[in-house]
Amino acid sequence: MNNTEKLKKSVAFALDYAKTRGADQCEMALSHSTGLDVTARNADVETVEFTQDKGLGVTVFLGKQKATAGSSDTSQEAIKSTVDKAIEIAQHMQADEYAGLPEQSELATQFKDLDLFHPWDLSFDKAIEMAVELEQLACKQDIRIKQCDGAHVVSHTGTHVYGNSMGFLHASQSTRQSLSCVLIAEEDGKMQRDYWYDCKRDALDLFSIEKIAEIAAQRTTRRLNAKSIKTQKSPVVFDASTAAGLLSSFISAISGGALYRKSSFLCDHLNKQVFAPHINIQEDPFVLKGLGSGNYDAEGVRTQQRDIVKDGVLQGYVLSSYSARRLGMQTTGNAGGVHNLMITPGEHDLTGLLQTMDKGLYITELMGQGVNIITGDYSRGATGFWVENGQIQYPVEGITVAGNLRDMFKNITAVGKDIDDRGNIITGSILLSEMMIAGS
Amino acid sequence: MTNLIEQAKHILLEPTGITDTALSQVMGHLLGKQIDQADLYFQATMQESWSLEDGQVKDASFNIDKGVGIRAISGEKTGFSYADDIIVPSLEQAAKAARSIAHSGHDASVKIAQRQANVPALYPDINPLDSISKQDKINILQQVDSIARNSDPRVKEVMATLAGSYEVVLVITQDGTFAADVRPLVRLNVRVIVEQEGRREQGSAGGGGRGAYDLVATPDTFRAYTEEAVRQALLNLEAVDAPAGTMPVVLGPGWPGVLLHEAVGHGLEGDFNRKGSSAFANSMNEQVASPLVTIVDDGTLPGRRGSLSIDDEGNQTQCTTLIENGILKNYMQDELNARLMGMQATGNGRRESYAHLPMPRMTNTYMLAGKSDPNEIISSVKKGIYAVNFAGGQVDITSGKFVFSTSEAYLIENGKVTTPVKGATLIGNGPEAMRKVSMVGNDLALDKGIGVCGKAGQSVPVGVGQPTLKVDELIVGGTQ
Repeated sequence: MNNTEKLKKSVAFALDYAKTRGADQCEMALSHSTGLDVTARNADVETVEFTQDKGLGVTVFLGKQKATAGSSDTSQEAIKSTVDKAIEIAQHMQADEYAGLPEQSELATQFKDLDLFHPWDLSFDKAIEMAVELEQLACKQDIRIKQCDGAHVVSHTGTHVYGNSMGFLHASQSTRQSLSCVLIAEEDGKMQRDYWYDCKRDALDLFSIEKIAEIAAQRTTRRLNAKSIKTQKSPVVFDASTAAGLLSSFISAISGGALYRKSSFLCDHLNKQVFAPHINIQEDPFVLKGLGSGNYDAEGVRTQQRDIVKDGVLQGYVLSSYSARRLGMQTTGNAGGVHNLMITPGEHDLTGLLQTMDKGLYITELMGQGVNIITGDYSRGATGFWVENGQIQYPVEGITVAGNLRDMFKNITAVGKDIDDRGNIITGSILLSEMMIAGS
Repeated sequence: MTNLIEQAKHILLEPTGITDTALSQVMGHLLGKQIDQADLYFQATMQESWSLEDGQVKDASFNIDKGVGIRAISGEKTGFSYADDIIVPSLEQAAKAARSIAHSGHDASVKIAQRQANVPALYPDINPLDSISKQDKINILQQVDSIARNSDPRVKEVMATLAGSYEVVLVITQDGTFAADVRPLVRLNVRVIVEQEGRREQGSAGGGGRGAYDLVATPDTFRAYTEEAVRQALLNLEAVDAPAGTMPVVLGPGWPGVLLHEAVGHGLEGDFNRKGSSAFANSMNEQVASPLVTIVDDGTLPGRRGSLSIDDEGNQTQCTTLIENGILKNYMQDELNARLMGMQATGNGRRESYAHLPMPRMTNTYMLAGKSDPNEIISSVKKGIYAVNFAGGQVDITSGKFVFSTSEAYLIENGKVTTPVKGATLIGNGPEAMRKVSMVGNDLALDKGIGVCGKAGQSVPVGVGQPTLKVDELIVGGTQ
């Protein structure tokens, strides 16, 4: 019996055991992952970490009373005591009329091969060799590179099993490979740090170490001699990686938990204009090799390809079965989050987007947690470049950009086709017509 | 300590039948000629969390995590492996993997002995999860709900979480000595949402520390947290858009010390300075802040959230003066970085769990009191911001840039605190901001005990604090 079958058997055992202990409903997730994480610095290996994580989480329902328990020990004895603990706590809980598993009809029944499993035949020595080579290549890119603050080669393989008392029991296997390089450049006694990385299901799809080294060096050295700019209103371009953060705030604001607590500025905005009319946002859980791909969500509910925003109008929320019941709606298969959120790219690449902006701020990094989902108020530290005549003039740091997400979403004038697909939110750069910049 | 070692062995090793002889063998496999430092870190953690929403406690979770982290260091190189099965074959395998960092060498011989170190415990060796009954936990949360709802009709949602953890740690270092710790940790968080004429705002408050639930669960304490959350939320209903631009900022006492944590603290962690990646690197004994500024990292405050009797490398924690009258005096060090820099470890080697590598981390970091009357500080500002509460911060230790987000702040106009302003990000450069500290109050306060610090993907509980202080220039990221 292979490992996956063993894990499935453990989940089936837990579900049976919970039933004998009086649980009306039960669900359990069991995961097992192993990995190798190598870091190089100063032309040599710095750390080698062998990771292996196991964990189980079980939720039991006694009628409408619910509790969750978890353990890093996945032995049969530990499974029993974890279920016992969940039942013991559930007995003390107050009934929640909305508690429970999804409807049987909502559970996934089709399991496409999403091509998420590509183990990397990466020996310990080979990983070290790659990390050191990446570090050395990066340091050689520019004389202003003072040092590499870590070149990483990481490979993870995981098995995740989810089962519930409605007969759902499924395992999925996936891999995640990544390369990254953090650099420090120095000029006139001032240092700047930046990095680049790639992350894919399949090591064959990763950027070459040469490319990672080159981009990391370019991103780091171009930040040298950054200055502040004066306080003003200006158009801004969020580069693709910061634009993903902007869309992630949008997802938080249309997520069930924020909606049923009425703690989102997008409450009651279904079928209303939320973005500029040219904006279209889709969710596609079935992208082959996608980092957010999956046939079912964290409750076993089937995921779906759908429009979230069409012509700027909000088409649907991001709901689990619980939040859906609270809102009197249906689950959207998003317990645990979205699966490959994609904004439709426009006609321009980044250069074209900066030309369209003509004069303004090009943001490449944001700092801090200044996003208030209740009010939409947005204020974050920013790093980037000042642009005039569509051309980058000089690096900028020590400023903030502020606005309200309500206006910001409507003020999107263009989306770039410079797609960043290294995460679950896939977008190009985004041009906004106006934000408030605070500086010197 | 001996008693704690026995307790830790009883919980971590006895159920698995691992003897001192077996440990000696594992350590022997781990060590070899080229290994400078090695440790075995056994840990068991039990955590629970009880949450209230809609006036009902209907969500609770309980988690157990147990395992061993095995580390071998050769020069600057670290090999690390961990296992969540505390059994001899897993230990042996992990030890071999960790030692693979050094390519050759023979097993060494190690005799495991007990250390009779006399480290005073800073908190009781109890399991806080058992300190009150389940029904009491539920009652406390329900009282929080009714206090909040009865305090003002504009309170629409109340969310409260009572959480506790019980952690038992046993560290065995390369010379065969043991160190152990039993670490209770509790907290209570309250968040309320208020509504007035269609406008919704939130406020949150809470507290915690190392000890039993009575640290947060006496009627006076939970009432105070709840009233504070409601007060903040109602205040935000009146808040106007924050100004944008450079201006003087007066920071209130206590939790605003998160500024120091971000602007200075991270930049003084040993690893960043050894690697030369901190904006404070190579500045030892230099003036890096205003002469009014003295900052310490103190892991020895009894019962505080950031405190530890011993760190995760088995070293006793201490009060380390980082900056004294503006002059850089010391870094926070773990064993690895201290050794490579030729300095002393300061008891700041911390790790999130057995599955993470230790690194230099803060404990309770705060600025000592100065001489100014807080009112005098505020009245010295013609136009600026008075920030008394923050949602969190972040720093780029290399450029020194830091940000933090206000959750309660006011305009100062002609020396008087006037209108509350909406949350805004403050941004500055750590070393520059510290030089611009022009007044320091006599009202040092520490935070309430809910801080979490993240570094390289690892979260650990920390404390912060400061007196009221004035920074002559920071950028305020408002919209007006």
